[in-house]
Amino acid sequence: MNKNLLAFTAFALLIMHLPVSARNVRDNIVIVGSSTVYPFTTVVAENFGRMTRFKAPIVEATGSGGGLKLFCAGVGVRHPDIANSSRRIKSSEFEDCQKNGVKNIVEVKLGYDGITLARSNKGKAFELTLKQLFLALAKEIPDPSGSEKTVPNPYTHWRQIDPSLPDSSIEVMGPPPTSGTRDAFVELAMEGGCQAFPFIKALKDNNENTYKTICHSIREDGAYVEAGENDNLIVQKLDTNPNALGIFGFSFLDQNTDKLFGLKIDGVEPDFDEIASGAYPISRAMYIYVKKAHVEMIPGLKEFLEEFTSDKAWGDEGYLTDKGLIPMPADERKRFADDVRNLKELEM
Amino acid sequence: MNNRTDSLSTMEKVRKGIAKRRSAERRFRFYGLTGIVLGLVFVLILFISIIGKGYGAFQQTQIALDIEFLESVIDPNQTRDSKVISRADYNSLIRKSLTKVFPEVKGRRQIRDLNRMISSGAMFQLRDRVLEDPSVIGRSERVWLLASDDYDMLMKGHIERSVPESERRLKDHQVAWVDKLLEQGLIKKRFNTFFFTAGDSRAPEMAGIRGALMGSMYTLFVTLVLSFPIGAATAVYLEEFAPTNKWTDLIEVNINNLAAVPSIVFGLLGLAMFINFFGLPRSAPLVGGLVLTLMTLPTIIIAGRAALKSVPPSIREAALGMGASKLQTVFHHVLPLALPGMLTGTIIGMAQALGETAPLLMIGMVAFIVDIPKGIFDSATVLPVQIYLWADSPERAFVERTSAAIMVLLAFLISMNAVAVFLRKRFERRW
Repeated sequence: MNKNLLAFTAFALLIMHLPVSARNVRDNIVIVGSSTVYPFTTVVAENFGRMTRFKAPIVEATGSGGGLKLFCAGVGVRHPDIANSSRRIKSSEFEDCQKNGVKNIVEVKLGYDGITLARSNKGKAFELTLKQLFLALAKEIPDPSGSEKTVPNPYTHWRQIDPSLPDSSIEVMGPPPTSGTRDAFVELAMEGGCQAFPFIKALKDNNENTYKTICHSIREDGAYVEAGENDNLIVQKLDTNPNALGIFGFSFLDQNTDKLFGLKIDGVEPDFDEIASGAYPISRAMYIYVKKAHVEMIPGLKEFLEEFTSDKAWGDEGYLTDKGLIPMPADERKRFADDVRNLKELEM
Repeated sequence: MNNRTDSLSTMEKVRKGIAKRRSAERRFRFYGLTGIVLGLVFVLILFISIIGKGYGAFQQTQIALDIEFLESVIDPNQTRDSKVISRADYNSLIRKSLTKVFPEVKGRRQIRDLNRMISSGAMFQLRDRVLEDPSVIGRSERVWLLASDDYDMLMKGHIERSVPESERRLKDHQVAWVDKLLEQGLIKKRFNTFFFTAGDSRAPEMAGIRGALMGSMYTLFVTLVLSFPIGAATAVYLEEFAPTNKWTDLIEVNINNLAAVPSIVFGLLGLAMFINFFGLPRSAPLVGGLVLTLMTLPTIIIAGRAALKSVPPSIREAALGMGASKLQTVFHHVLPLALPGMLTGTIIGMAQALGETAPLLMIGMVAFIVDIPKGIFDSATVLPVQIYLWADSPERAFVERTSAAIMVLLAFLISMNAVAVFLRKRFERRW
């Protein structure tokens, strides 16, 4: 027995002395941030790692807000080099960055992502306007009798909103409040629909807080189901429940065209061309933010940005479009590629 | 007389009750059996659904192409320098041989579609082939190349041919290409070695579990090396040497409470202590192992103390009576007897640690990492995180990979438990 114990201790000591590579400098790029931008950054990261002599960057999906917080924590190898974001950096975040010594930030717009409303193929097709969408999902809506008051949302079936809509109950599955997709959906779809009411639109100038509460609050009585951050789960649930609608990024619709179809919004089909042209109303831009101070410090960062902004990645036929990225028009791409080459600093 | 009638009536009461008591026992046995059967059915459903979804991932569709390894493309100056060779444009070789198989395909769009049939990773297969054996340059050879994920899904029946063309990811002309290859025997499902040798990838056909598997191993290694000695020493000291006073009581209560702390809290602690204060690298198995050590320590200590308590006092008394010192008593007699129980506790703790993702989220191990970690300082991810990341990917082909990764995780767990059972059997002593 004693021998056994001894042997075990010896073994433990032996393996503890396995060679370890001590690292004072970092030789790989670290990227944090939005889970919406994650599918695109990871593809570039992987290709970059395979094609060049540099190591593949590490990409963490922390959400836009969480990513920018890490990004702005300071300069040095312990802090990330790039932040993914599915919205523009907020001025409060920018100030936070400045305070922590992250003075020079380069902003790169990647392209667009459409937020789609989809339904199972087994159900019937119908289209929605932003106004109808707002009436279906808002917590408080303008009094249907016409007075300039808001009442708690009374609608339970689509038909009640507009006779042209199907007679099924309102059931929408979408992302929770922590998600950037939700932020963008609220800002673009809900607020867009909300502005169809003149008296609410007027509130924007004189009482912005009330305006925001009305336009940005999604109902909590069960008609809107927070389905978690996992979009695949929403796809599966839609497949088993043909009455429900789901809200997710265009790439998930693109991969599941045999099971789902996207609803036309304001008469526009959610497809590649319509989102790229800007005709589809619910689309948002995606960004990455780069620390200028790290460009010299981290090997490969400059080359990584070049790969990212090359036409073979983000161009009209680049490999990112295979993953569902909606590219920017050529002149806008050129402008951002130039900004990256000159490391033009973001000012706010 | 009076007494007799009394005892008779007692017997009658007993007899009357017998049937009731027996049926109560039968009912209870029935409940117990139902519980077991239900449990087994659920486990069975779980296994069937995972294996049913995941077994497909162990096969991968590959396409055979006769590749001409043209010297003019690979190494025009005949340097045979590995740097030149690895930078060559292998895609053009693939394109060339594809047009030979499908001479009828014309038009930019069609040709683009045709080239997409082969995975974007195929060029690395060719590169590795040439690097391994440069003499292949200038010759022609039949190579099995990875098909891209959509074609793989078609071959496995996850993209159905019966669906109308407009709703299918692969259009009719693409399906016709597959049929042509099938006729010539140039496309088939082969064993998926990539799944076990490659790291993570965003292209499903190139994604492998090895990176996460190695990450899990390194992390668990750190956890085991730290938590077992510390946990065992703590348990032995508290149980055998420590005086009973309010300090040891306080420590005991705290250890018990610590076992119930949600794991994410340990992640936050790890972020604040190991990464921000000590400056250890983010995403490293070392930090992951440290955090998981904190999490598993209470489990190991509590199990260790229970094992020590179950050693009969007569053993200690006999040893002391024979003149052994306290230390000798513990190490020669008590500890060997308690070791099987301690090992069980350790394995339960390690199994918990293996399945944990929440604390790792905070320390950056939930990340997309292509390179396979080579040590405890390299960035890595672990098996449950890999499962989560794949489950969240839009590509259809990741569904089967998710289930396959779960199978690998379960296999890891079962083999770990098997080692524990083996060790326990070896060390087991009876008294």
